[in-house]
Amino acid sequence: MTQNAHKRSGIADLLEAWLPKIILAPTTLAMIVCMYGFILWTGALSFTKSRMLPQWEFVGFLQFEKLFANPRWDVALSNLVVFGFLFIAISLLIGLLLAIFLDQKIRGEGAIRTIYLYPMAVSFVVTGTAWKWILNPGLGIEKLVRDFGFTDFEFRWLVDQEMAIYTIVIAAVWQSSGFVMAMFLAGLRGVDDSLVKAAQIDGANAWQSYWHVILPILRPVFFSAIVILSHIAIKSFDLVQALTGGGPGYASDLPANFMYTFAFNRAQMGIGAASAMIMLFGVLAILVPYLYSELRGSNRG
Amino acid sequence: MLKKSIAACVAAASVVIAPMTQASEVEVLHWWTSGGEAKSVAYLKERLEGKGVSWKDFAVAGGGGENAMTVLKSRAVSGNPPTAAQIKGPSIQEWGELGFLASIDDVAKTNKWDSLLPGVVSDVMKYDGKYVAAPVNVHRVNWLWANPEVFKKAGASIPTTWADFIVQAKKIKDAGYIALAHGGQAWQDATVFEAVVLGVGGPEYYQKAFVELDMKALDSKTTEEVFKVFGELRQFVDANSPGRDWNVATSMVINGEAAMQIMGDWAKGEFVVAGKKPGTDFVCVASPGTSNAFTFNVDSFAFFKQSDSENQKAQKAMAQEILGSDFQKVFNLNKGSIPARLGMARDEFDTCAHDSMNAFVSSAQTGGLVPSFAHGMAVSEAVSGAIYDVATNYFNSDTSAAEGKKQLVAAVQSAM
Repeated sequence: MTQNAHKRSGIADLLEAWLPKIILAPTTLAMIVCMYGFILWTGALSFTKSRMLPQWEFVGFLQFEKLFANPRWDVALSNLVVFGFLFIAISLLIGLLLAIFLDQKIRGEGAIRTIYLYPMAVSFVVTGTAWKWILNPGLGIEKLVRDFGFTDFEFRWLVDQEMAIYTIVIAAVWQSSGFVMAMFLAGLRGVDDSLVKAAQIDGANAWQSYWHVILPILRPVFFSAIVILSHIAIKSFDLVQALTGGGPGYASDLPANFMYTFAFNRAQMGIGAASAMIMLFGVLAILVPYLYSELRGSNRG
Repeated sequence: MLKKSIAACVAAASVVIAPMTQASEVEVLHWWTSGGEAKSVAYLKERLEGKGVSWKDFAVAGGGGENAMTVLKSRAVSGNPPTAAQIKGPSIQEWGELGFLASIDDVAKTNKWDSLLPGVVSDVMKYDGKYVAAPVNVHRVNWLWANPEVFKKAGASIPTTWADFIVQAKKIKDAGYIALAHGGQAWQDATVFEAVVLGVGGPEYYQKAFVELDMKALDSKTTEEVFKVFGELRQFVDANSPGRDWNVATSMVINGEAAMQIMGDWAKGEFVVAGKKPGTDFVCVASPGTSNAFTFNVDSFAFFKQSDSENQKAQKAMAQEILGSDFQKVFNLNKGSIPARLGMARDEFDTCAHDSMNAFVSSAQTGGLVPSFAHGMAVSEAVSGAIYDVATNYFNSDTSAAEGKKQLVAAVQSAM
């Protein structure tokens, strides 16, 4: 009897030790194959002359040379810089301001918070389509203001090659700043009240206590927000597709749109794969320093 | 419990096996899912079922067929391609090179396809000298659709050359109408660009520069002239055009908001649906300077290798049916195009289609029959994509003609 019980507990122990691993195994396997496996696969493809289907004839860096000789890729990359910078900066600013205002213990906070957060629940395709109508000169803002009697009013960013990329910034900021606000709000709620009080006792006004005490405490939130926003920026695809279709011409293309067009519509899989690799490096350039600082932080702790 | 799960397994397995064991079936990948197109496909299905061949529809929606092509690639790579798929132009050659396509040469021989189809069309359908695809229709792309009412009000006449076009369009613009209804999407920009290339340079130049990709022809004074005319057109398009769909642009001509549109013959369907009569309510003429030429856009089904011999037979039955005069007539009446095979009864077609048929036959003899590069008939997707990029970027900016030519040459060279 006792032997039996002992045996059973042995199996239970074993199970307990192995169960987490067994349960995690399929996910790990799927991650290794579907994420890292395909990253390697894409990397390998970018060195081949693949056109419509994968072809294993290696051509060195030819596809990368072609990629960087392509004026459309230049446009896409510089758009990403403009879009990424403005999108992250404006979303952070608006999100932070909204969070600070909401944190003033105002009435109806729950309702207002939901209103600001709500755009996040809408997909980028819907956002893009709605803003396409709002910004269309013949349908949206321009027509509205003209109908009010200001017949000289012009607002045609959507159809202007130089300005089209900014319409994407507008729509993306509209969509994401509520989410940033939620992150900051959570951060603000976590700030120890006694610190703020101490600052007040030391004679700091509201502005000073935010600038010198609270914002430095929120640094990790800034960090996470920037990482999340920058990967949204790099993988932005559906918003461009819905809002401008990359146009006018290809003036508002982003790298993800470029990659899709070349890999799937134009049977130039090699160039598509090369552009995907460049995008990956872009993400890594942001993620690696972040992970490094995070890991270093936890080691020290 | 056990019983149930075994039953479920068997059921699941039979679902997987069933399509393989069923005799004589064609599975057809296409993206004709809307209106007249869907009706046309349903007719083919009906005809085949009458012959005891069952039809498995494999429709993947999405206008230009990009989605369908993505699905097709994955099916082909996994060794399970459909019987036939809607593939056109040089893509047929690419699939042929990859070794996926089945020869239907015996069907073509018995039915004398070589004498039914003009040489330029049958060349596209062959890989390595053997038929691997069957054409269902011929679209003429170089059409100018005009609203005669607007022309009358503006005191303008329908232009026959590009120089004249600019004169007439100015009159129309001054009268307060939009001269050229246009949707600013890359393929539409390319469609207009193609019409200018053909009208300014003529078929010979077109063939050399944009089909054979002869660098000398491409890097010539003529190309610069083409860009100059193409650039002039910017002023006749309204500011709201970027992103507009082609049928919206067509409706602007129908409503009398705009005078003209340059678009393939699928635009006719929009006029007809709006209850307009060709000749009186709207006019169809060849785009300026191209009355003796014809840019063709041929839709076709390519046939994939099948292992099952019953399915091979079904495949051949389908090929034969597609080029049958009955199917060609019904399909093209629905779709607004003209039959790919020559020498058919024409009484049911309208006057625009008659013009198209005449031009198709006559241009085939004079060498004016050229494949449309804007619609994937002339060059590989990579090259036509490069041309798209240059054309659309040029049309939407104020780049000079010389710079446009330089960009075009560079883009085509790097895509080859």
